[in-house]
Amino acid sequence: MSETLNRLRDMARPDRVFDFMVPDRSPVDVRHGPILYMEDVTVSFDGFRAIDRLNLTIDDGELRCIIGPNGAGKTTMMDIITGKTRPDSGQVWFGSRHNLLRLSEPEVASLGIGRKFQKPTVFEALTVFENLELAMAGDRRVWATFMARLDHEGRARLDEVLETIGLEAERDRRSGVLSHGQKQWLEIGMLLMQRPRLLLIDEPVAGMTEQEMHRTANLLNRLAGQQSVVVVEHDMGFVRSIARHVTVLHQGSVLAEGSMDAVAADSRVREVYLGAEEERHA
Amino acid sequence: MSQVCTGSSGAGGVRRSMGHLSDRTTMLTCAVLVSAAVLVVGLNLLPSDHALHVGDATVSLLGKYFCYMLLALAVDLIWGYLGILSLGHGAFFALGGYAMGLYLNAQGTNIDGWQAWLGHFPLMALAVVLAPGLLALVFGWLAFRSRVTGVYFSIITQAMTFALMLAFNRNEMGVGGSTGLTRFSELLGMPLNSHAMTVALFVASVLAVLLAFVICRMMTTSRLGRVCIATRDAEARTRFLGYRVEHVKLAVFVVSAVMAGIAGALYVPQVGIINPGSFAPLFSIEVVVWVALGGRATLFGALIGALVVNWLKTVLTTEMPDAWLFMLGGLFVVVTMALPQGIAGLAASMRRQKGGAVHE
Repeated sequence: MSETLNRLRDMARPDRVFDFMVPDRSPVDVRHGPILYMEDVTVSFDGFRAIDRLNLTIDDGELRCIIGPNGAGKTTMMDIITGKTRPDSGQVWFGSRHNLLRLSEPEVASLGIGRKFQKPTVFEALTVFENLELAMAGDRRVWATFMARLDHEGRARLDEVLETIGLEAERDRRSGVLSHGQKQWLEIGMLLMQRPRLLLIDEPVAGMTEQEMHRTANLLNRLAGQQSVVVVEHDMGFVRSIARHVTVLHQGSVLAEGSMDAVAADSRVREVYLGAEEERHA
Repeated sequence: MSQVCTGSSGAGGVRRSMGHLSDRTTMLTCAVLVSAAVLVVGLNLLPSDHALHVGDATVSLLGKYFCYMLLALAVDLIWGYLGILSLGHGAFFALGGYAMGLYLNAQGTNIDGWQAWLGHFPLMALAVVLAPGLLALVFGWLAFRSRVTGVYFSIITQAMTFALMLAFNRNEMGVGGSTGLTRFSELLGMPLNSHAMTVALFVASVLAVLLAFVICRMMTTSRLGRVCIATRDAEARTRFLGYRVEHVKLAVFVVSAVMAGIAGALYVPQVGIINPGSFAPLFSIEVVVWVALGGRATLFGALIGALVVNWLKTVLTTEMPDAWLFMLGGLFVVVTMALPQGIAGLAASMRRQKGGAVHE
């Protein structure tokens, strides 16, 4: 009886009739090098070109810092990658198989692209443990969520992430009472629970103390290698402490790319960004 | 936004500080409910000239309170844990009540038309669940899918219950018009005013509250409950984690509406009347006051609140009938200003002081 029903249900599924409706859940293909590939991407808002013929590639396992003055298009770039904003033209590929421009926000997230916003938004009424539990990959439908029990594997993953972000001692504390820095780490941990291949992290150290910045740098360095990490940051000292490879954005396109020292020596970069920064500090 | 967050995380704070007592809370509440019921039934069995005898009228009144407690539980489930303030839950209560009323009306008399169908007990039971459930499903689907939240949702629930009140007031509806349905005689072949029936309805109401409490407890302590709290405090963030927030809201809303419907169905035979007044917007707002007074997001707080306010109402409307509405308004103001976490929050903070701030 139920078997017949299932067969009927299978027949009625649109994705079984039309091939193109089958969601592409195949793993990201990085055999050809980059995990993220953006080519000639352009976006305008009311005539203002926020992103202007941007080309960017991120290699698998790389830790990349993206810097640039306000309005350089850093946040818009992240919006495009995560599917929040659609570019007017250009291409964005995740590995060499997934065209990100065809996917919705949840689909991009389920492919393994995690994004951390500037302002930490953890669930304050829940404990650190419960925050991580909610972020764990798994069936998110209502009944499945109601019936969900934490299995051995899930618990092991949770402990592993707790250890990575250094919040083991805060495990059962309400996340609302954590310090600003701890909330940021918890949020990175919530991204890690979803086993992302690519992490997009927006201004991780804004508002952090010197010590917290140091710990964050260690954390990000440890994450690179297991997954690719893209960090957008204003704080030059922090960027210097973590970056092996830096991209400078200016007016929506790449101004310079290379090691921190090479970039810092570039005269155009000094003019639009670093120079201004140093003047302000001086 | 931030103000909403602080308010709701405060309510969550109550829940948290009770968190590690979770099973003790369930056991304790169930034990209190069961012993209260046993006590009432036991005292009712005493000879009627005994000093401690509890009369049938009082048993019936307590049964009514239990129906209100069930309704309060339904409201707390969606308001306390999901942050959805429904100001129209009276509509679901009344729909369940009307299904029962039509059934009682059809007993012992010859009625034609669609009302006759409800004269069968199983069909009535189905209607008690389906009428509020389907209304909540359609209404919730439209509202949550369009991401109607906050005060806008509250306003359209008020409009919904008001529209239903106007509809049920019409004689053409065939449900008694403005007088509603009354003069019921028997239920399942037993006269409604008999002693056995009074006790049976009381026990059924207590059992319904018990069952609903355990179900709510299971829901709120599951991962789904934590998704609800996450949705309440940061909806966009929850959606970003991949949860279908609309589906969660819809499912919990429907469960809550069905509970309210069952409460209404148990209420009608004990009170002996159902009329469009149950759809009145004011009644739905009163229910919210019960929950607010008892304490949001605790479940047992809703039970306490419903009991306290309705007991007060019974006392005051007999002693000083004019004062009641002022009292109700005053209660709402006092709770909002001085007791944002209700009686349950007060109890929790007193215990925390006694325990010397052990938590956190």
